[in-house]
Amino acid sequence: MRFSVGDEVRVRWATPPGHVRTPYYCRGLSGRIERICGQFHNPEELAYGRTGDTVVTLYRVRFQQKTLWPDYTGPEKDTVDIEVFEHWLETAQ
Amino acid sequence: MSHDHPHHHDHDHDHDHPDPHAPRKDLEDTPPTYHQALADAVAELLIEKGVFTGGDLRNTIEYMQGRTPELGAKITARAWVDPAFKAKLLTNAKEAAAEIGIDTGPAPLLVMENTPDVHNVIVCTLCSCYPVFLLGKSPDWYKSREYRSRVVRDPRTVLSEFGTDIAPQREVRVHDSTADMRYMILPMRPEGTDGMDETQLAQLVTRDSLIGVIEVSAPA
Repeated sequence: MRFSVGDEVRVRWATPPGHVRTPYYCRGLSGRIERICGQFHNPEELAYGRTGDTVVTLYRVRFQQKTLWPDYTGPEKDTVDIEVFEHWLETAQ
Repeated sequence: MSHDHPHHHDHDHDHDHPDPHAPRKDLEDTPPTYHQALADAVAELLIEKGVFTGGDLRNTIEYMQGRTPELGAKITARAWVDPAFKAKLLTNAKEAAAEIGIDTGPAPLLVMENTPDVHNVIVCTLCSCYPVFLLGKSPDWYKSREYRSRVVRDPRTVLSEFGTDIAPQREVRVHDSTADMRYMILPMRPEGTDGMDETQLAQLVTRDSLIGVIEVSAPA
C-alpha cells in the first residue's frame, strides 16, 4: 500500500483506451487520501474477462471543489470524494 | 376514460379512426431491443449450462424487487434512537445492518452522516452505481446525464432544484461512487420529533433523503 490517510496525491494525467473507472474531471488534479477502501480486482482487467489473482488498493480521495472547477461559485469548503485505484495515483509534488 | 363518439356495443370494430378502446400491445408485439435479446440469450445459456436454474433466476428477481427504501428508512430510524448502533453503522455498515436483519448486498457499504457542518449527496458520474439492496431500483433522474454531470459541478444549484437549500456555512460533500463502494446517507433527525418512536421516525425517511438530495422534515 503506497499511500496513507491524509497523504496529498495527484491523479495521473492519462487517457488510456478501454474501460477505466477514474473520472476524467479529476485527472491531473490533487487531493488527499480520505480512507483506504481495501483491495479489489482491477476493473480495467475485469472488464475484459481477465479475472486473475492480482488485486489493487482502492482509496477515496477528497478534492476541493475549487481544485476540480476553478470557477466553482460555492463556498471554499465544498468537496467531492472520489474512489481512485492506486495505479492512478502519484505523490503530489 | 374519455369518449369522443357515442359508444354502442353492437357496432363492429371496423373504424376508420383511432379506436380509444384499442387493446394495449402485448410485450411480444414489439420487437425486442438488441440488449433485451442479448439478456434473454445469456440467461437461457446459463440455465442450459446448469450455472443456475430458472427458479434461481426468478427468486433473485423477486428478491431484488422486494428491496425498497423502507430498508434504508429502518436503518436510519434505528441510528437516530440508538447511538451505539449509529456508531457501528458509520464504521461497519454491513454488520450493523445485519444486526437488524438487513442484507446490504455484495458490495461494501459506506454510510455518510449529515451533520450541522456537512451535507452529503451521492452520485455515480461514470454510470449509475446505487445502493440497490437498501433502496431498490434507482429513480430515472439518478441515472440521467444531467444529474450525473451537474451534481459534481454545481451541487448547491442541483440541490436547490430539489428544494434543498444548504446554508453556506455547511460544507456540501459529493460522493462519486466510481468503483467498488456503495453509499447511503444518514440524514439528520429533524427537530420536533422527540416524542416519536422508531416506527414513526422510519415513516419520515424517504428515498431521496437517503440519496442526499433532500433533508428529512418533521411532520407538519
